[in-house]
Amino acid sequence: MNKLPKMCRIKEIARETLSIKTFVLDLELNATPGQFVMAWLPGTDEKPFTLTQIGKEIAITVQEKGKFTKELFSLKEGAQIGIRGPFGKAFDFENVKNACIVAGGCGAAPVLLLAQELAKKNVNLKIVLGARTGKECLFQKKLSEAGELFVTTDDGSLGEKGFTTQVLEKLFEKEKFDCVFSCGPEIMMSKVFEVCEKHNTECQLNLERFMRCSFGICGQCAINEFRVCKDGPVFFSEQLRKMTEFGKFARLKSAKKVSLQEYAQWRQ
Amino acid sequence: MSLKTDFAGIELRNPTVLASGILGTNAELLLRAAEAGAGAVTIKSIGPREREGHNNPTILEWEHGLLNAVGLSSSGYKEMEEEWSLLEKSPVPVIASIYGATAQEFKEVAEAVSEKKPAMIEVNISCPNSEKHGQVFGCNAESASEVIGSVKKVSNGIPLMAKLTPQAPNIGEIASACEKAGASAICAINTVQGMLINIEARKPILCFKKGGISGPAIKPIAVRCVWDIFEAVKIPILGLGGVSNARDAIELMQAGATAVGIGSGVHFEGIEVFQKVSQGMQQWMQENDFKSAKELVGIAHE
Repeated sequence: MNKLPKMCRIKEIARETLSIKTFVLDLELNATPGQFVMAWLPGTDEKPFTLTQIGKEIAITVQEKGKFTKELFSLKEGAQIGIRGPFGKAFDFENVKNACIVAGGCGAAPVLLLAQELAKKNVNLKIVLGARTGKECLFQKKLSEAGELFVTTDDGSLGEKGFTTQVLEKLFEKEKFDCVFSCGPEIMMSKVFEVCEKHNTECQLNLERFMRCSFGICGQCAINEFRVCKDGPVFFSEQLRKMTEFGKFARLKSAKKVSLQEYAQWRQ
Repeated sequence: MSLKTDFAGIELRNPTVLASGILGTNAELLLRAAEAGAGAVTIKSIGPREREGHNNPTILEWEHGLLNAVGLSSSGYKEMEEEWSLLEKSPVPVIASIYGATAQEFKEVAEAVSEKKPAMIEVNISCPNSEKHGQVFGCNAESASEVIGSVKKVSNGIPLMAKLTPQAPNIGEIASACEKAGASAICAINTVQGMLINIEARKPILCFKKGGISGPAIKPIAVRCVWDIFEAVKIPILGLGGVSNARDAIELMQAGATAVGIGSGVHFEGIEVFQKVSQGMQQWMQENDFKSAKELVGIAHE
């Protein structure tokens, strides 16, 4: 656990999709799937990222979006960034034997380690992976090694044309899951949760909000009475049922509450 | 034996108060602190208009406390209708903290906030994390008095509490000026200005570079400030700075605090800190023959 940012070197940079790269860092960290770190570019900003590799070296997988990620993308191997963490509550998969993972877009990143852990435990695992286009499909190969993979794209350029939740609905026709794990756009996750509720199935979602402290004191990342950084980022059905803001509202940097759509535009 | 506390006319079930800027970005988290046992809760400082605050890192944990420079992020008082309506359900008094860049701005926010009838208005003249707001008013008796005086005119009888900075060379004098200008209570202390540098990056870690230190590191500063203020004014003091357990709370009360704020302690001990402090105080008071929390106030001065 690094309370303050620890500087480490970028050991390797791998391009995953048109807009996504993985940065392998020479930092040893004990963490569990679903937890996150704060990555610091000195003098610029600091942002939360899920871990896509843990142990002797860690990795973060990043989509190029705003000022921070553009600067990160401009860095070469050997450059230094700061890392604080790990933070947050991880996925709980202790008693899971039959599971489904639904990932959308860069939401494949927070569930990669989970999929690999479930595979190690010989869990019967179905994975639904959605992307806008085939060129943006993240971790297709790695996820296919962990479980039975179903790919969907918005434009039909890879896998089935359509939405991940349509595949999930179909899977529910013949499968029973102990738990459905999901990460992706919140609109997708709220639909995943709806489908799980309909089928009386436990659900764990990895949620996202703008964060500051990352250890539960400032309240910036609140969804109702829950702090995404400390009570989450992984939330269970019981908590999700209490979240009236989930799928509808989020807070800007000022803490002003806006529609999820306005929040998503600001995050671009 | 009772922990019930009269704080400037406000009845508290126990003397612990959630400090401003901690969890207080939305009503539900404030209510969660209330359910966890806080005697009162404080809404994060409200400004005249929407303000983003600084880029990250804005809040850090280090070996003896926290360091923050959030930079007074606020949705602005006009965007808080929903929070106010949810806070009507609060089982404990709600304190509204306010800030501005001029006495006029403080007045504008106070006027709007007064209409919502909070139990008390905390006037934040002590935030170290903005050039134009906060601390700049709290280091000078004349400007502190001007702000409190202007807010007093529009606060509609709601008690005012001046939140002071330990950066002031004579905090007792500032407190006294606030009392004369119409404050009903003093809150001390805000964070102490500091900085941390990452030596590998060769850069200050906070994006704003400087920030405010809180937590165990500043407790002796808080105790000294509360002591000085107690000697200078008659109005009650909300003491805060480095309170994580009952002994810290009792220490501040013996220095002169009537109630005790908890901020960083929420991180070190969890949201349960309010209940833990209350229970610990009760036990200590029993063991040491105190019948009410009031008897502790300022006892170290006798």
